[in-house]
Amino acid sequence: MTTAEIRLAVLDILEGIAPDEDLSTLKDDEPFRQQLELDSMDFLDIVMELRKRYRVQVPEDDYLELASMQSTVAYLEPLMKDMEVKG
Amino acid sequence: MVAGLPDRERIVITGIGLTAPNGNSLAEFREALLAGRSGVTPYEIRYVGKTLAGVCTFDELRHQKKKDVRRGTRAGSVGIYCANEAIRDSGLDWPNVDPAGVGIYIGVTEHGNVETENEIYELKGFDYDTKYWSHHHNPRTVANNPAGEISLNLGITGPHYTIGAACAAGNAGFIQGAQMLRLGECDVALAGGVSESVRTFGIFASFKSQGALAWHEDPARASRPFDKERNGIVVAEGGCIYVLERLSDARARGARIYGEIAGYAMNSDASDFVLPNPRRQAQCVRLALRRAGLAPQQIDIVSTHATGTTSGDAQECDALREVFNGSPTRFNNAKSFIGHAMGAAGALELTGNLPAFQDKVCHATINVDQLDPECALDGLVANQPQETAGVDTILNNSFGMLGINSVVIVKKI
Repeated sequence: MTTAEIRLAVLDILEGIAPDEDLSTLKDDEPFRQQLELDSMDFLDIVMELRKRYRVQVPEDDYLELASMQSTVAYLEPLMKDMEVKG
Repeated sequence: MVAGLPDRERIVITGIGLTAPNGNSLAEFREALLAGRSGVTPYEIRYVGKTLAGVCTFDELRHQKKKDVRRGTRAGSVGIYCANEAIRDSGLDWPNVDPAGVGIYIGVTEHGNVETENEIYELKGFDYDTKYWSHHHNPRTVANNPAGEISLNLGITGPHYTIGAACAAGNAGFIQGAQMLRLGECDVALAGGVSESVRTFGIFASFKSQGALAWHEDPARASRPFDKERNGIVVAEGGCIYVLERLSDARARGARIYGEIAGYAMNSDASDFVLPNPRRQAQCVRLALRRAGLAPQQIDIVSTHATGTTSGDAQECDALREVFNGSPTRFNNAKSFIGHAMGAAGALELTGNLPAFQDKVCHATINVDQLDPECALDGLVANQPQETAGVDTILNNSFGMLGINSVVIVKKI
């Protein structure tokens, strides 16, 4: 997956977790929490969806890496670059 | 005995919110009951396949965000819809109601089966590796979930809990609400029952294994209490929640009053896991009558519990004949229209009769093509609604597995 494809994959997960939010204006360099109504259960949903959809395991110590779109994509790149885009 | 109590100990219904398979408000539900319109439809559920059910069509997003619907449970959404509609209907000045003075008392037949079944189904796709088990499982399946979601949605900080009472739960919710108001534990009670049971395959499969799951080519004719050809239960979902207040408070704010909880009783069969016990049912009815200070012949309508099973209907009729022998009371049944809404059943069935205080009509029990002689009751209102000279009292039966019986009597005020 390319960087852009990984970003789309995260966006797709976010759309499911925050269905009331307009994600078209999401700023990649700002924390999710400053832009979206997300609580700790929602963050666990992001972690779970990455696990279920891509078998990516995010250890608890790395949760802070999922703070913004930019940091999330940067964190996932080495883990997902060899994966195919899910149809 | 309620008669003679001071107004601050008399409990009245001042708001109603409901969703039934054939109506999403009391007006719609009543109209369907008088028109003989069923809410039973073809339905398909995992593992069981094609069957029948009573499914509700209320708009979940009227009072919830999509995210809250996703995070919560169907029972929570049913409860939130009914609670909001009841509050709106009550005319309470909600922004100025002390949220600490509101209690939430919600009857449930069961809770957690839907969510657990879904998780196990998902987990199967991951070879039962529990790393993939949702962190939402516990908050969705705790037994207080349907009441707790109402508290979260409405910002209510008084007590909230569910009352697990099998299919007697709707009445049990009303009783709990009335008792807590009398005890001074709350000033406004949101009380009733909810059910999400159509989403658990287990309830269908279990009734099927028990030989108690109804089937008919025409879904509208599948739920047929008292009929010779009845062959079991149609599972339904639904909810009905009242705003209950002390009569003194309701009068002080000039509230519209639907009726007074004039008497109630609960008891136990202590005889069988699933088979009813007509002697205990009769005792429960008599106890509620005694507490209301009413004789059987003073009850205008009995809303029966009958579910459409061979033995259950006959046994209830046996109990009713024992108590109401020679009385001019009319008997009807709402399950014949909507199926068995489990934890919501008693609450919906009582409520569908309340408009009779004004319109003086007793709705029918439908689908009685050939009355089973064992279910013959003088006063059974079969197939067509009946005009009456007036309705002042309604008695609602609701019974459940493990031998739990409940009776609520509502009086016109």
